[in-house]
Amino acid sequence: MSDIAARNAALRQPWRSLRRQREGAAFGIWIFLGSEVMFFGCALLTFAVYRSLWPDAFAAAARETNITYGTVNTALLLTSSLTMAAAAEGAAAGLRRLTLCCLAATVAFGIGFLVVKGFEYQEDITKHLVPGAGFRLEAPQAQIFFAFYWLLTGVHAVHLSTGIGIATVLGIQAWRGSRMLASPAFEALGLYWHFVDLVWVFLYPLLYLGGRS
Amino acid sequence: MSGITAERAIPGAPPREPSYLTAKTGLASWLLTTDHKRIALLYMAAITVFFFVGGAGAVAIRIELFTPQADLLSADAYNRAFTFHGVIMVWFFLIPSIPNILGNFLLPLMIGAKDLAFPRLNLASWYIFMAAGGLAVYTLLSGGVDTGWTFYTPLTTAFSNGNVLAAAAAVFVSGFSTIATAVNFIATVHLQRAPGLTWFRLPLFVWAIYATSIVMVLATPVLAMVLALIFAERAFGIPIFDPLRGGDPILFQHLFWFYSHPAVYIMVLPSFGVISELVTCYARRRVFGYNFMVYAILWISLVGFLVWGHHMFVSGQSLFASLAFSLLSFIVAVPSAIKVFNWTATLYRGQIVFDAPMIYALGFIGLFTIGGLTGLFLASVPVDIHVTDTYFVVAHFHYIMVGGAVSALYGGLAFWWPKITGRLYPEGWARFAAIMMFFGFGFTFFPMFIMGYLGMPRRYHVYPEEFQVWHVLASAGAVILAFAYLLPMGFFAWSLIWGRRAPANPWGATGLEWQTSSPPPEENFHTPPVVEQGPYNYHPEHAGPPALEREQHQPQGRQP
Repeated sequence: MSDIAARNAALRQPWRSLRRQREGAAFGIWIFLGSEVMFFGCALLTFAVYRSLWPDAFAAAARETNITYGTVNTALLLTSSLTMAAAAEGAAAGLRRLTLCCLAATVAFGIGFLVVKGFEYQEDITKHLVPGAGFRLEAPQAQIFFAFYWLLTGVHAVHLSTGIGIATVLGIQAWRGSRMLASPAFEALGLYWHFVDLVWVFLYPLLYLGGRS
Repeated sequence: MSGITAERAIPGAPPREPSYLTAKTGLASWLLTTDHKRIALLYMAAITVFFFVGGAGAVAIRIELFTPQADLLSADAYNRAFTFHGVIMVWFFLIPSIPNILGNFLLPLMIGAKDLAFPRLNLASWYIFMAAGGLAVYTLLSGGVDTGWTFYTPLTTAFSNGNVLAAAAAVFVSGFSTIATAVNFIATVHLQRAPGLTWFRLPLFVWAIYATSIVMVLATPVLAMVLALIFAERAFGIPIFDPLRGGDPILFQHLFWFYSHPAVYIMVLPSFGVISELVTCYARRRVFGYNFMVYAILWISLVGFLVWGHHMFVSGQSLFASLAFSLLSFIVAVPSAIKVFNWTATLYRGQIVFDAPMIYALGFIGLFTIGGLTGLFLASVPVDIHVTDTYFVVAHFHYIMVGGAVSALYGGLAFWWPKITGRLYPEGWARFAAIMMFFGFGFTFFPMFIMGYLGMPRRYHVYPEEFQVWHVLASAGAVILAFAYLLPMGFFAWSLIWGRRAPANPWGATGLEWQTSSPPPEENFHTPPVVEQGPYNYHPEHAGPPALEREQHQPQGRQP
C-alpha cells in the first residue's frame, strides 16, 4: 500500500488533513491533562495542608514506607517513559519494528511497576499501615498520611493500568496492521504516559523521602 | 404584531432533501450515531427526563411547605427530597442542559464545521452521562441521600444514613461526561473554525460555550477528587476529614466550593451566550460592545475561580479571608454588570420584536439582574451573616439558576427549534408560556427573599405560622411555573407533526447556522462556508438602509 493511501486510511471525520488531525489529538490530550493536573493537584494540595499542620506525625509516618520498593519503582517508571517516547517517535517516523519493541518494553515496565507495588502493598498490610484500628503508629495524624499514601498510590495505579491497557491495545493493533503507524493515537498515548510518570515524580519524594533527610 | 414568523415563512413546501433526521433510520442509527446534532437530541431526551425527576423533588418540597406542620413528609424524607432535587437539578439538568443540548447542536454549525473535533468521544460522553444518571436513579430507589447537595463532612463521612456512596459515584461519573464534552468543545473551537472565522468574529454563544468548557475542564476534576476522598473515607474508613484524627472538615468546604462556585458560572455562562444571540436578532442590532462582551465572559470564568470563600463566611475561616473573598466577589460582579448593560444598550434604538424568544431573553435580563444584585448582598460579610442559610440564599441562587439558566434554555430552544426540527412552533402559545414563566417564577421565588430576610431558615420542613402566607404564595407560584415549563413541551411536541415547515432562516438572523437548510443535512453545510464579516451584522452600514425590507429605521452607528 502506498504511503498516501495509508495516510488517507488514518484520516477520520471531521478532519480535513492528517496533519490537522494529529494536531487535534495532541491538543485534546493536552486539555485533558490540564484536567488531570487539577485532579491530582486537589489531592496534593490537601496533603500539603495536612503536612504543614502535622509535620512531625507526617515525618514519622513517611519513615514507615519502604524506600527500596519506592526507588525501584521510580527507576522502572522513568525508564518506561524513555521507551514510550521512543515508541511515539518511531510511530511518527513509520518505523514499525522500533515502535512495536518499545511499546512492548513500555508495557513490561508498567506491569513491573504494578508487581513491585503489589509486594509493597502486601508488606504495608502486614505491617499494619492501613488506617483504622490496630494502626502501627501512635499519633492519630499519621493515619492521615497513610490515608493519602493509599489513595494517591491507588489512583496513580489506576491511571497506570489504564495506560498499560491502551498501550497493549495499540500495540496489538499496530502488530496486526489494523492501525496505521501514522495514527495520532501513539503520540496521544505518549503524552498520557508521561503525565502518569510525572505524577509519580511528585509522589515519590512526598511519600518516600519525607522524614528521611 | 404577527411577528416575523408569519411573514418570513415561505408558502408551500420547499424541495425536501435528506436532513440529518431522515438520512438514516432505525434505533441503531440513533444510539450509535456520531453526528453531533443527533447526540444533542439524545441529550435533550435524557435531560428532559432528569428535569422531570428533579422537578418531582421540587413538587414534594412545595406541597410539604404549604402548611407550617409536617403533613406530607417526615423530617428525614424532606431531607432526602431537597437533596435529591439539588443533586439531580445541578448535575443532571443545569450543568449539561445548554452546553450539551444547544452547544452540541450549534457549536459546529456556528463555526462552519462538519462535526465536533472528536465525534466518537461525544457519543461516549452521552453514554457516560446515562450511566451516571442510572446511578443517580439507583440512589433514589435505594433510599436517597439526606446530606444536601453540598455533601458537607463530617455528616457525609460519619453520620448520614443515606446512600452517600451511590450519590457520590453518580456525580463522580457524570464529571467524566462533562470533561469529555468540554475537551471536545475546546478542541473544536480551536481547530475546526471555518476559513475567515477569526476569534473576534465568533458569535458570543461560541465564546460562552468555550469559556464554560475551560471552567468545566479545570473545576470538575477538583470535585471528582473531593468526592473520591469522601468515598474513600466513608467506604474504607481512611481518615481525610475526620477531626478525631487531625482531619479538617473545613478543608472539605474549601475544596467543594472551589468547584461549586465556578460551577455556578458553568450553569449561567452558556445562558449569556444564548441571550446575546436572541437580543441581537430580535432587536435587529449588532451587539453593543462585542469585545467587552468577550472580555467579560473570560473575566468571569477566571475570577469565578477566586471567590469560593464567600460560601464560607460563617464557617470559621479567618476574617481576613472573608474580606478578601468579599472583595473578589464584588469584582466578579463587574463583568456580569457589563453584560447586562450591553444587552440593554443593544436594545436601544433597536427594532424590537416581542416574539417568544425575545420575551424569554428580556425575562432573563430582569431575573438575572435581581439574582446578581442579591448576590452582592450575600457577598458583603455583615449582610451574609444575617441571612446565611435562610431562604434569602435559596431565592438568590434560584434567580440565577432557574430564572436565568432555565429562561435562557427555553428561549434558546424556541429560537433554534426550527433549525433543530425544521418546524415552526406556535408563536402565540410560546409568547403566553414565556410570559407565564416570568410571572410564575416571580411568584415562586420573590416571597423567599422576604421570608429569608425575616429569618426563615432553609432545609426545614416545619416553620412558624407567620411565614405561611409567603410559603403559600411560593407554592401557588410554583404551580404556574410548572405549567409554564410543561406547556412548551406540549407545543414543541405538537409542532413536530403539525407545525409549519421552517425555511432555512425564519428569523432573518445572521450566523452560519442559519445559512444551511432547516434541519441541516448530515454534513451540516452543502458547501463549506467562508466567513468575511463579523457577527451580528444586522443593518450592515455599507449596504445602507434598509438591509431587509421590513427594517425602515436609520442605520446604526455614527452618523456621517
